[in-house]
Amino acid sequence: MSAHALILAGADADRGWRLRDYAARGGYESLRRIVAEKTSPDAIIAELKASGLRGRGGAGFPTGLKWSFMPRAFPGDKYLVCNSDEGEPGTFKDRDILRYNPHAVIEGMIVGAWVMGCTRGYNYIHGEIFEIYRRFEEALEEARAAGLLGPNILGSDFSFELFAHHGYGAYVCGEETALLESLEGKKGQPRFKPPFPASYGLYGKPTTINNTETFASVPFILKMGGEAFLGLGKPNNGGSKIFSVSGHVNRPGNYELNLGTPFPELLEMAGGVRDGRKLKAVIPGGSSSPVLPADVIMDCTLDFDAIGKAGSMLGSGAVIVMDETACMVRALERLSYFYHEESCGQCTPCREGTGWLYRVVRRIEEGLGRPDDLDLLRSVAGNIAGRTICALGDAAAGPVQSFIKHFTDEFIYHIEYRKCLVPLAVQDAGNQINASRPC
Amino acid sequence: MLSQESLQQIDREIAKYPPGRKQSAIMSALRIAQVEKGWLPKDVIEFVAAYLGMPPMAAYEVATFYNMYDLEPIGRHKITVCTNLPCALSGGVHVAEYLKRRLGIGFNETTPDGRFTLKEGECMGACGDAPVLLHNNHHMCSFMTMDKIDSLLAELESQ
Repeated sequence: MSAHALILAGADADRGWRLRDYAARGGYESLRRIVAEKTSPDAIIAELKASGLRGRGGAGFPTGLKWSFMPRAFPGDKYLVCNSDEGEPGTFKDRDILRYNPHAVIEGMIVGAWVMGCTRGYNYIHGEIFEIYRRFEEALEEARAAGLLGPNILGSDFSFELFAHHGYGAYVCGEETALLESLEGKKGQPRFKPPFPASYGLYGKPTTINNTETFASVPFILKMGGEAFLGLGKPNNGGSKIFSVSGHVNRPGNYELNLGTPFPELLEMAGGVRDGRKLKAVIPGGSSSPVLPADVIMDCTLDFDAIGKAGSMLGSGAVIVMDETACMVRALERLSYFYHEESCGQCTPCREGTGWLYRVVRRIEEGLGRPDDLDLLRSVAGNIAGRTICALGDAAAGPVQSFIKHFTDEFIYHIEYRKCLVPLAVQDAGNQINASRPC
Repeated sequence: MLSQESLQQIDREIAKYPPGRKQSAIMSALRIAQVEKGWLPKDVIEFVAAYLGMPPMAAYEVATFYNMYDLEPIGRHKITVCTNLPCALSGGVHVAEYLKRRLGIGFNETTPDGRFTLKEGECMGACGDAPVLLHNNHHMCSFMTMDKIDSLLAELESQ
């Protein structure tokens, strides 16, 4: 997958995911050392802080700091949850991590349980990847049989139980408190924060939630050392990161790169823009992150700080590439439909606003746009952003604001001439099935 | 109401959660019930709620919130096509149009022989495999082309 692969090393086929394969790659060595040496939780947290590891699910919060928030001395159950509810359009890295290297996630979670004193953990897996859920359950069985999970792990007095839980079709459950509600067997509607999960989480108990890739990074950090991991990336943006590339490229897929790698290198690894066409725009961090025009993204390095400075977000590392055949109004219509469909309905600005956004973008796309529609979209988006319990409201508003900002002319053309600036035949040529790439 | 095998599967799910937290198994339990029954009639949802010791309303809330549960009878083969942006950029919309033509139905419709139901799905987290579709919720078909759709339909028709 890449010259810098850690998590996806050797992950190029449906072989190599079993415990014996992971162990042959040095898997579970970190855990064995920790248990044998009784490494102190503080030492592990210090290592994570030194590594510069930031949450890989989208928010980029420093992992060492998050782990330090857990009240270790709190009596009774404490929970550890892995967020594999990956449903943000463009993001598909956790699926491959769980498919090719599930034991890295399991080892990372066991280490987390050791550090935070958690007795029980769950991996919440996106419902649509049910085959991966089954595989993860098999991996858990292997770990249990090897004494790596369950009571008295590796003969110590440390015990930790880990289970798989699946979603069944709700994007909002990728939001951590909605995920907790769902784990409790309820509708996935986000909770108001504070209190944060570290004090009031699953079943009201202290809980830490991390993304799949974050957990999977932990064993590698402990093996190579925090400083070395940091050195792969750049200051404040430690390590390697998996980028999911989709859309108009010749070789869509996951590519693991060191943070700070220039964007053109990733584009080249993904085979370049499909059929040699010209790059138009890139959504760099999943559908919720603001779109960037070609000239801006081509000058960016891929890390939290650089993409942030360019006016977008690294997010989950989901890179959606659009070439010159893409109609930006049509692209936004697809995204707006998604947020409208997936709003959980709890907060009025999001529940009602996403419907307005979708209907107005759709009428522009259908040639029925009105002269003041762009102002209306800006107003509705502005009235959603920052006014909802969870970030899904901002996520719905962001694309609308950024598409209109960077591609104003295309939207105005649509309204004035009642058709796409990019002729339909050209769009179809770019989006055909049976396109030239090998399947 | 449910077979012994389904109940055993549900029991295995319940065992994943702490004592007194059976409700956490509702998503799996409804999934298991749906696989057995084909869809989720009201009395099945109520049965599952009672089995887990939760109010029926709480189970309806779950069944109606998550979109992979089917609350109406559907065809033997449910095909859910992703038309979200990354899939649309790679032909997802054409896949949906082709399926509509082949099956002679629109979204949320079932063929008169009760074989196929077509649904429009949201992001399935597999955009690198675009265009993708799901067969009966649990089997993902990647990199779809017209040829692959033809052979999938032929295979399902012969079942």
